[in-house]
Amino acid sequence: MADVLTFTDRGIYCPAGDFYIDPWRPVERALITHGHADHARWGHQRYLATKAAAPVMRHRLGDITLDTIDYGDTMQIGGAKVSYHPAGHVPGSAQIRVEVKGQIWVASGDYKTTDDGFSEPFEPVRCHAFITESTFGLPVFKWTPQDAVADQINTWWAANAADGRASVLGAYALGKAQRLLTAIDQTIGPILTHGAVENTNEVLRAQGLELPQTIRVNADLNPKDHPGALIVCPPSGFGGWSKRFGPQSTAFASGWMAMRGVRRRRAADRGFVLSDHADWQGLNDAIRATGAERVFVTHGYTSQFTRWLRDQGYDAHVVSTEYEGETLDAASEDGAAQ
Amino acid sequence: MKDFVTLFTAMDQTTKTTVKTAALTAYFQTASDTDKLWCIALFSGRRPKRSVTTTLLREWAAEVAGIPLWLFEECYPIVGDLAETIALVLPPAKSHEDQTLTHWIDVTKSLRSMEEGEKKETVLAVWDRLSTTERFLFNKLITGGFRVGVSTKLMTRALARATDQDEAALTHKLMGQWTPETTSFEALILTDDPMADLSRPYPFYLAYQMENLDELGAITHWNIEYKWDGIRGQMILREGQFHLWSRGEDLMTDRFPELHRLADFMPQGTVIDGEVLAWKDDAPLPFNALQKRLGRKTVPKKLLAEAPVILHAYDLLELDGIDIREKDLKFRREALETIVASCPADAPIKLSENLAPASWDHAASLRDVSRENHAEGLMLKRLDSPYLAGRKKGDWWKWKVDPLTIDAVMIYAQAGHGRRANLFTDYTFAVWNGNDLVPFTKAYSGLTDAEFRKITAWVKKNTIQRFGPVRQVSPEHVFEIAFEGIQESPRHKSGVALRFPRMSRWRHDKPLQEANTLDDLKQMLAQYG
Ligand SMILES: [Zn+2]
Ligand SMILES: [Zn+2]
Repeated sequence: MADVLTFTDRGIYCPAGDFYIDPWRPVERALITHGHADHARWGHQRYLATKAAAPVMRHRLGDITLDTIDYGDTMQIGGAKVSYHPAGHVPGSAQIRVEVKGQIWVASGDYKTTDDGFSEPFEPVRCHAFITESTFGLPVFKWTPQDAVADQINTWWAANAADGRASVLGAYALGKAQRLLTAIDQTIGPILTHGAVENTNEVLRAQGLELPQTIRVNADLNPKDHPGALIVCPPSGFGGWSKRFGPQSTAFASGWMAMRGVRRRRAADRGFVLSDHADWQGLNDAIRATGAERVFVTHGYTSQFTRWLRDQGYDAHVVSTEYEGETLDAASEDGAAQ
Repeated sequence: MKDFVTLFTAMDQTTKTTVKTAALTAYFQTASDTDKLWCIALFSGRRPKRSVTTTLLREWAAEVAGIPLWLFEECYPIVGDLAETIALVLPPAKSHEDQTLTHWIDVTKSLRSMEEGEKKETVLAVWDRLSTTERFLFNKLITGGFRVGVSTKLMTRALARATDQDEAALTHKLMGQWTPETTSFEALILTDDPMADLSRPYPFYLAYQMENLDELGAITHWNIEYKWDGIRGQMILREGQFHLWSRGEDLMTDRFPELHRLADFMPQGTVIDGEVLAWKDDAPLPFNALQKRLGRKTVPKKLLAEAPVILHAYDLLELDGIDIREKDLKFRREALETIVASCPADAPIKLSENLAPASWDHAASLRDVSRENHAEGLMLKRLDSPYLAGRKKGDWWKWKVDPLTIDAVMIYAQAGHGRRANLFTDYTFAVWNGNDLVPFTKAYSGLTDAEFRKITAWVKKNTIQRFGPVRQVSPEHVFEIAFEGIQESPRHKSGVALRFPRMSRWRHDKPLQEANTLDDLKQMLAQYG
């Protein structure tokens, strides 16, 4: 029997439905898992995404032909039955389930299995073949619960505020920034946001998501009016952009902060370990829950994770894609909200 | 170990020296004497010896983590640190036990005499009672690899503050051959004992890279000598005992037995700062020769005859048992000259000559030919300067000769370690030999983080083949490689080996075909090798 999904140099392709999933070259019909720049690219003729992902995609990609779908609803595209299921990565993110002649494949895009209290929580989908990312596909990556990380951030922020320092927190403009905003203790002080973050906030608020009150940093804003503030900006805001806040402590929230070497190289004062991607345990649990026998491993520690899965008895393969995982530069993700 | 973890975390989380010093000072004000002594020992490179082989630790960690050994081995180069890799893969501890730093070091030491089975049981039990950071520190202790981003100098400053002592005096107390087993905090730090350690060296005075020649004033105020390309050393003769220290505070006395003769010719209470050089028939040998000596703790006769060393004397720090570092260089040099002159002509010592150039232009021309004289450039020392401790600006400058350079093609890339684990930073470079590219050196420094990120993105898209962690990339980028010397090397395909190669420039402007050739390298070898 022919494969439900194939891997081409344009992206993941479904011959039965004649569509692509998260393609990186322009195609006629693109099914998009979520709005991050490496998955939702410019230049396709028609897009399909979840209702919740649509506003961010319109904001980023402008006037595109975009159809939307609710989680769990089924749509027939050619010979394929398609449905979207929560991936827990960022608001609106989805795993795409494709069924052709009883064969079920799931392309999961980016996902995390823990509930961040903000994105629609991850739901395992039973399938025959599962396409998984492997950004943190090594056993050294183990996330601490979000509450504990939020406590660390609160302690850091409160100590800075007490010492008269601003707290500058670097996080991706789409997803991570808003997740942090909802997780932290808003009573510690005022929260200021970089334009890239605030633009995304506005889009998400407009679609009904609840976010704490934030103040956009623009040329008129006088930092002295907001002592003890937490400033949320893309990581590129460190140093140059954030200078205006005077004495400050900088921090960066990313899964990569689990490694001491990376933490030190970032030259931020603190590194908080928080990721919108699954950790080692999360990846393994998610794959097991699908019941899939075949697993295709995309962006991340592909070769190591694939070998591990084979050791566990899966029919696993490396697939090379142009997805980027959680980059430390975040150049692509910064672009997501501009 | 809670307070030590707090100290370590505080220092690890900041790049600011003031914050590090404050954290250390706080620790020195509150910790117990034995903990403090161990802290000083650890931060000054006096680590307990490794008590378990890393092979065993890897196997145990993989076993406890429930992963195959190959997967552990894959994680290690990515994390870049064995102790950390172990700390990260282990499952969360089942309980927690807070003990002093000294307690954990005692456990470490007790491991040494245990049978393998008992060792394993002990280590696994410890892992199961510690937090991730504590595990990391404990692993560092048992692997004998405890290194933290704190200089001895910074640690000394904090200790001076906490104990209200003079920093320079304390620096002196901390040098030499002590360990926490052979002394106490009281004896080492709090007691003044002039007889304490006859082998104790003075901190070396280190020069800064020359910044602005115009600010140096009249050349007659300067002692100008070659910057010799050997091993900086401090010779100490006190009460019949002869010692030779390296700048890294290593005792090198036994490595250079031919220098022991010097004890016969000099007065007791003599301390000389100089450079150990391989020297034969009144001329220096290539650095290669000295390198052969460095690899050995004891020296076979044949090598001793092939590559004998002498001490090139720069400065005198102690005269007749009196510390004269406060006196000016002119005084110290004169006293040094007298001592060297009183040695027989065949004694393994030579005064590093003051070249006394007539003008700065003259000095510059001497610098230009320093490589031909087996020197790395010039040393400029103000004649009225005292001998200071550490790297201080103003009185001493090194004026290095420009490095040699060659334009080469990048052909392999590999991810870096530790703080560069997620970037491709280690490259192999090649030069043309006809239509072939012959690899001749690796280099992994000299570029900015932004450049490394750019190349990393490029490498990911331009990999031709993978060999384990190494990626062969399409030959496209040309880099200028700077290096300090070149020597023959039959072990290398190209037949040459470079000293201190690094990337000095990314030659975006240079087409691939215009990179240098193997013949160019061979010509350099003939000229400077
Ligand atoms: Zn994403
Ligand atoms: Zn992705």
